[in-house]
Amino acid sequence: MVTVIAFWVLAILSVVASIAMVVTKNPVRSALALVGTFLCVAALYILLSAQFIAAVQVIVYAGAIMVLFLFVIMLLNLGSPGALRERGSLQPVIATGMGICFLIALLLSGSLIKLRLPAGARPEVYEPLGTVRGIGINLFDPKQPWLFPFEATSILLLVAVVGAIIMAKRKV
Amino acid sequence: MITTSHFLVLSAILFTTGVVGVLVKRNPIVIFMCVELMLNAANLSFIALGRHFGQVNGQMYVIFALAVAAAEVSVGLGIIVAIFRAKETINVDEINLMKS
Repeated sequence: MVTVIAFWVLAILSVVASIAMVVTKNPVRSALALVGTFLCVAALYILLSAQFIAAVQVIVYAGAIMVLFLFVIMLLNLGSPGALRERGSLQPVIATGMGICFLIALLLSGSLIKLRLPAGARPEVYEPLGTVRGIGINLFDPKQPWLFPFEATSILLLVAVVGAIIMAKRKV
Repeated sequence: MITTSHFLVLSAILFTTGVVGVLVKRNPIVIFMCVELMLNAANLSFIALGRHFGQVNGQMYVIFALAVAAAEVSVGLGIIVAIFRAKETINVDEINLMKS
């Protein structure tokens, strides 16, 4: 029962916050709305027994990435929020209509697929699936395919750091 | 009772909100935020399906998606800062560097 109430509260909050992010004109406000969405999604991860991912979501997304966004918004100092005002056009209306069509298509295509439960799996039962121990054992197991992507991620992050410095420097 | 389908529908709604945001907004920073929202919706469906099948592999994909998202944001915001230095604007309607 607690799970049901928590799901509906978090789902409604996350959808409202994401719509507020799209609707508001001020970039700082949309960044804060996005932080709200990320926190709601992190709480939903806990409902899905993914505790480690929930912590990483709060630390990396709601912490690091959004601070980076806010820094760039403050750095560029775009003046009043009306500086980027949309010219009067039909684009938002058409985009919203196409988005609703896209959502209906997604839901219809999803309803065609019958999700079958594998034998022995009981998704309603809490299980220690995503604890640090479970994630770590699976991530560093040589029999699983995750060890090489993990090492490749380090090179990716190094390249991203170098690329960000080169992009943001005035003279290389 | 909350089933996996509930989470998938929520993920679809969040993803669609991100798509509409990308189409509507003029500010590339906010467009980046909408892309992050779409990535988050995909992560949510990964985790929901991973738990549906009782496997931890869905969460593995989410870890790598997080790392790629962090790299993408740092490089993308660097590009936005560079464009702002060169053109003094970041309105996506006025930036047409690739138009010959």
